[in-house]
Amino acid sequence: MNLDFTEEQEMLRTMARDFIDKECPKTMVRELEDDPKGYFPEIWSKMAELGWMGLIIPEKYGGTGGSFMDLVVLLEEIGRGCLPGPFFSTAILSALPILAAGSEEQKQDFLPRIAKGQIIMALALTEPSATYDAAGVSTTARLEKDDYVINGTKLFIHDAHIADYLLCVTRTKGWSLPEQGITLFLVDAKTPGIKITPLLTIADDKQNEVILENVSVPQKNMIGELHQGWPVIARLLEQATIAKCAEMIGGADWILEACIDYAKERVQYDRPIGSFGMIQRYIADMWTEVGIAKRLAYYTTWLVEQGLPCAMEVAMTKAWVSDVYMRQARMGVQIHGGIGTTRDHDMGLYYRRARQVTLLFGDANLHREVVAQEMGL
Amino acid sequence: MDFSFTPEQERFREEVRHFLDRELPQQEVTEDRWLFGFFPQFSRKLGERGWIGLTWPKEYGGQARSYLDRLILTEELLRYGAPVFAHWFGDRQIGPAILAHGTEEQKREFLPQIAKGEISFCVGMSETEAGSDLASLQTKASTEGDWFIINGQKVWTTGAHLAHFCYLVVRTDPSAPKHRGISELIVDMKSPGITARPLVDMTGAHELNEVFFDNVHVPKKMLIGQENRGWYQIASQLDYERSGIERVMSNYPLFVDIINLAKEEGLGKDPLVRYKLAQLGIEFEVGRLFCYRVAWLLSQGIVPNYEAAMAKTFCTEFEQRLANVASQIMGLYGQLMPGSKMGLLKGRVARAYLYSPAYTMQGGTSEILRNIVGIRGLGLPS
Ligand SMILES: Cc1cc2nc3c(=O)[nH]c(=O)nc-3n(C[C@H](O)[C@H](O)[C@H](O)COP(=O)(O)OP(=O)(O)OC[C@H]3O[C@@H](n4cnc5c(N)ncnc54)[C@H](O)[C@@H]3O)c2cc1C
Repeated sequence: MNLDFTEEQEMLRTMARDFIDKECPKTMVRELEDDPKGYFPEIWSKMAELGWMGLIIPEKYGGTGGSFMDLVVLLEEIGRGCLPGPFFSTAILSALPILAAGSEEQKQDFLPRIAKGQIIMALALTEPSATYDAAGVSTTARLEKDDYVINGTKLFIHDAHIADYLLCVTRTKGWSLPEQGITLFLVDAKTPGIKITPLLTIADDKQNEVILENVSVPQKNMIGELHQGWPVIARLLEQATIAKCAEMIGGADWILEACIDYAKERVQYDRPIGSFGMIQRYIADMWTEVGIAKRLAYYTTWLVEQGLPCAMEVAMTKAWVSDVYMRQARMGVQIHGGIGTTRDHDMGLYYRRARQVTLLFGDANLHREVVAQEMGL
Repeated sequence: MDFSFTPEQERFREEVRHFLDRELPQQEVTEDRWLFGFFPQFSRKLGERGWIGLTWPKEYGGQARSYLDRLILTEELLRYGAPVFAHWFGDRQIGPAILAHGTEEQKREFLPQIAKGEISFCVGMSETEAGSDLASLQTKASTEGDWFIINGQKVWTTGAHLAHFCYLVVRTDPSAPKHRGISELIVDMKSPGITARPLVDMTGAHELNEVFFDNVHVPKKMLIGQENRGWYQIASQLDYERSGIERVMSNYPLFVDIINLAKEEGLGKDPLVRYKLAQLGIEFEVGRLFCYRVAWLLSQGIVPNYEAAMAKTFCTEFEQRLANVASQIMGLYGQLMPGSKMGLLKGRVARAYLYSPAYTMQGGTSEILRNIVGIRGLGLPS
């Protein structure tokens, strides 16, 4: 057993924190909330130069071949800084399925470009059904001559508006078992028939509705095998869920530190508010909860990294971390008093993000249900 | 004990509902209308019916009716999500404060105008360094002949940009111990030297302001009560501010709509959704009955203190749970804001979630209120 990060991981953390503090301070995060694109291409290029987009892509495809734990370290910092942009969509939600199920040719084609920051990608999975299971997918792909033709509506699709490619999850065969008959396609976002409309969300985090109307995709853009796409997505969801948990933990850490600082600084009744028992109790609980969350998340990351079964642990982590992050954000605002409720204060940014991010990949209740099932209930 | 209303009270409730059915087209209904629904014409219509200042003496434009009638009236206004902000502060706390501490002249000048729905008030208490610790306030009033000269800054002043008058709390004796140098004034918001600057809340809305006072001249006759006794007068105003049923009904329209949605979409068959909504149902009933208790005390001539603190703490935390549960039930749709494509219930759930942290700050934070319950209610050592 060794429950510490490696020296390289500590360095990665320091580097990431410095980079985000310097290149994308909160003022810019806010600017990007109102910006239709939602990212700065210059920062995106610099992230690529630092090797972030290729962090978990093997060296032979232009990446640095890092581990999942490395990724978790980076994502904690991204979550801590609320760094906007299509990193998650591209380097995780799209790169991982290509890595897992793409052909050698597809890997050679896409992964180096992802690693270099040359392309932006988005996962088009969820639909108006608003679920993360196979039964929720009703967008169809039919073979017509040499091409597949896709029809349907995808909803809540992060970064589709700036994506060069959409990784589109489609139904290619009937309904008897929802998990059978799902097929993945890489769709050039400029293909005629794609209509993208931005949604207004609580976290201004650039989600879209994507309507696909008779969108033609060459057969060669199929990722993995016909009808065999769901296991790829199921595995991706496990990885993505734990990766999102890392982001949430980073955010929760920021809130905790902001509260500690504020509790020391803010004076009422001639004393710092941190000297009041109630505030001490809040902060002690917050510290405890986020500390526990980290142990669970790192353990699950290790399972993922080792390729061990982890369905239950992923669900436990998502349930726990979501609840912790929501509480942390709620108490973070409360400890800041009136100022915490304003649009301009950073605490609100985390409060809004926490609500959004905890809904992703199934909320805490859905994951508790998974845990119950895994417990044999 | 008897929980029933008299036939007259029931008739009054019917009358109010009748009026609201006619006046408020369905599509206007949203949340927090007592904080955001600024519609002076609507307030004037209520005023015409005598429904502002209902409990005040007739000689000052009131109806001399009981606090239970006021409870019925406010409960119905909130149930309908009526836009009552223009007169809410005047009716709820400024009127009672003037009644309790004002001069005869002040009563004759202000109360009838409030009761007619003609004037709006904002409340200028908090400052950047004096939030929970209100007695540390620094906005100064010096004297010059018949005038107070005001200099300083207030913050979190709800509706300062809309109000005709500010109920302002100032320091009149800087040399006295801090609780003993505070006074209350009514200030015309059109006075030269006042600037209100917007503060935008988490939902993106502007109802809060920073208000700057730069040599603002206020006639001395606008002093409410005794000079330097302001601190002791404020306490009961705050009790009025905290005790109303709005604290449990700010999101009532949303509560109804989320229950209906659960029924229509079949979500209501999900055991977890059932459990959560049932729990909210219980909490709403508990909160409502507690507000009834507080109204009862008022009707008996008792100003509730720790009871108001208990009611506000419980009720506002209920409102937060309501917003949270509503957004959980809506799942991914719960994150869509008003104006978004595909937004269910017009994005009201996300807006409610964003506004809800404010409830446990405004009118005293939950922590301060818990201190009041412990120290003033139970006599625990402070
Ligand atoms: C939406 C909104 C509307 C408002 N409207 C008005 C208005 O119209 N007029 C007006 O004058 N004010 C208004 N306020 C201000 C409100 O009354 C203050 O925000 C509130 O009193 C808290 O003060 P603060 O924001 O300075 O927080 P602080 O007092 O700095 O509190 C920070 C944190 O410390 C805690 N704390 C402070 N002292 C103690 C203690 N002794 N024990 C335990 N915990 C403590 C608080 O509970 C809080 O969690 C409004 C506020 C909001 C959010």
